[in-house]
Amino acid sequence: MLRNMALAITATGLRKTFGTTTALDGLDLTVEEGEVHGFLGPNGSGKSTTIRILLGLLRKDGGEVTLLGRDPWTDAPDVHCRLAYVPGDVVLWPNLTGGEVIDLLGRLRGGLDATKRAKLLERFDLDPTKKGRSYSKGNRQKVALVAALASDVPLLLLDEPTSGLDPLMEKVFQDCLREVRAEGRTVLLSSHILSEVEAVAERVSIVRKGVVVDTGSLADLRSLTRSTVVATLGTPLDLSATRAWPGVHAADLDPTNAQRVTLWIDTDHVGEVLRSLGEHGIRALTCQPPSLEELFLSQYKDDLAEVSP
Amino acid sequence: MTELDGTGPLLQLAWRRDSWVVIASVLAIVLLAYSSMAATLSLYSTDAEARAAAALMSATSSVKAMYGPLPALTAEGVGVIKTITMGGLGAAFLAHALVRRHTRTEEEEGRLELVAAGVVGRRAPLAAAVILAASAVLSTGLLCALSLMSLKVSPAGSLALGVVVAVAGLVMTGVSAVAAQLTTTTRGAGGIALALLGLAFILRAVADTSGIPVLGWLSFLGWAERVSPFGANRLWILAPAVVALAVLLAVADRLLHRRDLGSGLWADRPGPATASPRLGTPLGLAWRLQRGALAGWAIGYAVLGLVVGSLAGSAGAIASDPKTAEMLRKMSGGHGSATDVFFGTELRFAALGAAAYGMSAALRLRSEEAPGRAEIVLATATTRWRWLLSHALVALGGATLLMAVVGTAAGVSAARSGVIGVGALLGAAASTLPAVWVSTAVALLLFGLLPRRSAMTWAVLAGFLLLGELGALLKLPDWVQGISPFAHLGSLPGGPADLAGAVVLVVIAGGLAAYGGVAFGRRDLVS
Ligand SMILES: Nc1ncnc2c1ncn2[C@@H]1O[C@H](COP(=O)(O)OP(=O)(O)OP(=O)(O)O)[C@@H](O)[C@H]1O
Ligand SMILES: [Mg+2]
Repeated sequence: MLRNMALAITATGLRKTFGTTTALDGLDLTVEEGEVHGFLGPNGSGKSTTIRILLGLLRKDGGEVTLLGRDPWTDAPDVHCRLAYVPGDVVLWPNLTGGEVIDLLGRLRGGLDATKRAKLLERFDLDPTKKGRSYSKGNRQKVALVAALASDVPLLLLDEPTSGLDPLMEKVFQDCLREVRAEGRTVLLSSHILSEVEAVAERVSIVRKGVVVDTGSLADLRSLTRSTVVATLGTPLDLSATRAWPGVHAADLDPTNAQRVTLWIDTDHVGEVLRSLGEHGIRALTCQPPSLEELFLSQYKDDLAEVSP
Repeated sequence: MTELDGTGPLLQLAWRRDSWVVIASVLAIVLLAYSSMAATLSLYSTDAEARAAAALMSATSSVKAMYGPLPALTAEGVGVIKTITMGGLGAAFLAHALVRRHTRTEEEEGRLELVAAGVVGRRAPLAAAVILAASAVLSTGLLCALSLMSLKVSPAGSLALGVVVAVAGLVMTGVSAVAAQLTTTTRGAGGIALALLGLAFILRAVADTSGIPVLGWLSFLGWAERVSPFGANRLWILAPAVVALAVLLAVADRLLHRRDLGSGLWADRPGPATASPRLGTPLGLAWRLQRGALAGWAIGYAVLGLVVGSLAGSAGAIASDPKTAEMLRKMSGGHGSATDVFFGTELRFAALGAAAYGMSAALRLRSEEAPGRAEIVLATATTRWRWLLSHALVALGGATLLMAVVGTAAGVSAARSGVIGVGALLGAAASTLPAVWVSTAVALLLFGLLPRRSAMTWAVLAGFLLLGELGALLKLPDWVQGISPFAHLGSLPGGPADLAGAVVLVVIAGGLAAYGGVAFGRRDLVS
């Protein structure tokens, strides 16, 4: 890779327990400078906990963590003037207006860009004169988003930033993130909206039960999982022999039609398997690469076998 | 579905969440009633002794202003006088806290929406809160009555004390129910209801000291006092209190139906689109968030000071009786005139209020942290220390300001009668500050150390108050009474200041606050 490999975020063996619950159990995460990094995982897997440790809001129980080359717990103010944070559930001050909050957070961070602010308010269609208590959920979220995006900081930590945004605003957000990426800034984006991650992220890390179970580019992750091939054949297949073909994980006959077979195969071995199937006279065939949805479902589930038998 | 559907389950939920606090508060009030009566009865061996003490107390205007006139010049009268005020106020605070917590707070934090979307009627949350508060208050009254009866004093008088507690608590239940409908925030609702409680107290104090006792009927604390347990025993005053509660609930109900869930009666107006230059630092934010409450307190303290000061003349008058003057001097530890004792007592009372302000302002840290607002501030370049100190500064500075205001206002209005000067009263007000700061620092300590339990701060303040009120009466050992910082304040005006004590208190305050800050710096932010 040609990219400058400087790291914006590193976490190794991160551990955090709350009483008897283990939220993080040796989590490793690296985010390179200038990338948008998707941070995915089921509810309660430890995404927000990780981000709060990265922000120095929670204290880690073990492991190492650096943010922009510094320790976020001891050097919090230095690190914080170079990052912006959007939580998934923004709580505003009831009697401060959205505009006041945007300015306040910007100034506390060390300044914000007035023209950017004005543009963002317009793009997100946000009324800055409303009081915090009268904003809807989505609009509260927008206040924090505008405050974060209007600053010139090199790192954005976004924890489900679009929860509650309508599809139109979701699109505006994705456009903004693309611009942020074009400016060479780094983003850690935790999200449950896979299309959003697919649209903007270059690499993703998938966390489950406090451990990162997979990390890499979306293309890499795809190749790790299985495609589904459904074929109707001229001559029947010997299932047990088929299961021994390289790359085949499982095979099944349609109970109502003995010539219809479903195979679950490694995406890398699609070519070989098709050649072998050809010997049986293919009459109809569909081959599906794993959808992102399946990819994540398979990672989220406790046991991979449950998804692809 | 009727509008009251779901009241039962909500009530159960509220009880499950708060049973401990309710039980502890009720028992504290009952204990206050029982122990002050028991201790007073054992203090006087003869009726004559009791009568002499009662006569002295009823002639003391600081007693009158704080507690009202003695209901009877007997040992029972002396034994019940403090409970009339403190028990009534305690029940009022309890009722207020419960109503506010289960209506406005729930609504503000959005939990009520979850509930309202279910099978819960529109009136149910308010109904559940009112039932909980009224039951707590009535149980308190009943238990107070029973506990006094166990001391073999007049049953009618015992029952009357129960009525005192019930009257104050029930009317405050209604007041809080209305206040909760008026604003969108817990703090706003609290501000309105507690301001009315303060007004009721001041009206009652003025009525009892100014010679226009009829004024007291304007105040529900005045009603409670006029039940006069062990004196006139006007049990019937419970009836107007219940009527007042019903009327207030009807008003609250009307308001409830005129507004939307989550909103107050007054719609929000748009505000500025950009922040003023001052709103750009942690201190600027803390000031912006707290200035409204401080302004309200300051106005209240100015009024309190003016009222107290205007009573200076009548305070001096009693001292003309040489026997009374002599006993007063003894009571005050041998220092100063009746006027001095009067102002000393009132200012110490004001100092407890200022401590309550300091604590509530310091606990703002917690109410910023719990919902997650602290998180977005601390994710900026703001350090934890700076954030903590900005609120601590408002709390300590605000409490200091309040004492300056009450001292100055009292001084200015007392100076007209020429018995005492502004300087003397300002000095006396200043002498209470170390205790106020220690109290505020307790809140900072608990915030840092036990964030989820930081409301225990109020129990600490109640403890200081009770030690001051009952410590001597119960003959508690000196070191126990000395736990309260208010026991180390010297005896200004008139007497000597306790400089060494003040220095020690300031050091303790600094130590507690610093420890709280260090603990906060080391812990997780918790919701
Ligand atoms: N303050 C806390 N006290 C106790 N347990 C906590 C606390 N914060 C988080 N946890 C627990 O830690 C685990 C991880 O929670 P976390 O909020 O990090 O999950 P998440 O991945 O962000 O989930 P979601 O997708 O729902 O936002 C959960 O089991 C949660 O219950
Ligand atoms: Mg989360």
